[in-house]
Amino acid sequence: MRVTIRLFARLRDIAGTAELHREVAPGATVASIWQRLVDDFPELAPYAQSISTAVNADYARMDCLVSDGDEVAFLPPVSGGS
Amino acid sequence: MPLLAIGPAPLALEAIVATVSRPEPSRGADGAVSVFLGLVRNKNLGRTVRYLEYEAYEPLALRTCARIAAEVAARWPGVLLAIRHRTGRLEIGEASVAIAAASPHRSDACVACRYAIERLKQIAPIWKREFFEGGDVWIEGATADPDDAEALAQAERVACV
Repeated sequence: MRVTIRLFARLRDIAGTAELHREVAPGATVASIWQRLVDDFPELAPYAQSISTAVNADYARMDCLVSDGDEVAFLPPVSGGS
Repeated sequence: MPLLAIGPAPLALEAIVATVSRPEPSRGADGAVSVFLGLVRNKNLGRTVRYLEYEAYEPLALRTCARIAAEVAARWPGVLLAIRHRTGRLEIGEASVAIAAASPHRSDACVACRYAIERLKQIAPIWKREFFEGGDVWIEGATADPDDAEALAQAERVACV
């Protein structure tokens, strides 16, 4: 199956692109897609504990199963401020 | 105009107040509108800021705003809430975010407005890149987790002080 990966802010800068496409095996999860992304872009690794993730523009957990055609987004910590 | 919007258009105080003006048959029912405008500040952490660039994951940001509006409706049932956030390059002094809360009485309007901006900062997928004298940096705060009960409780505390 094929998924679209969306990256934002600093994650986008690290990967050098806002959108990627990957073939993934059935049973793939958000976590397994993140791991492949880290394999391709090792500089992303420090974000493992601080990212949020979304599937089809809705917040989702790392263990969420993905389906063919899904859009999986990885989101660095948000701006915050006080 | 829609109550919730994310995009490059400049924010105007009158415009967001107009969005929470109730149509008939409820026209005139509100006794208060509380408005928050977030502005681009010229200093941050000792740096002299030149300008900011905002980036959003727009469909999720809109969904997140809808979630915040639902949280507000559950806590303060009479409140009508509007949220707008800009994207793209913003100069010093420009408004990056506008929130308006209309209510029959001022207390709920003020509290709901404060709650909404706290939640927006916690969970909206919106990032800012600060361009300052000497460089630029992505500002990264907290991990966005809409189900984090502690963050939600903190927003309630801050709003209701």
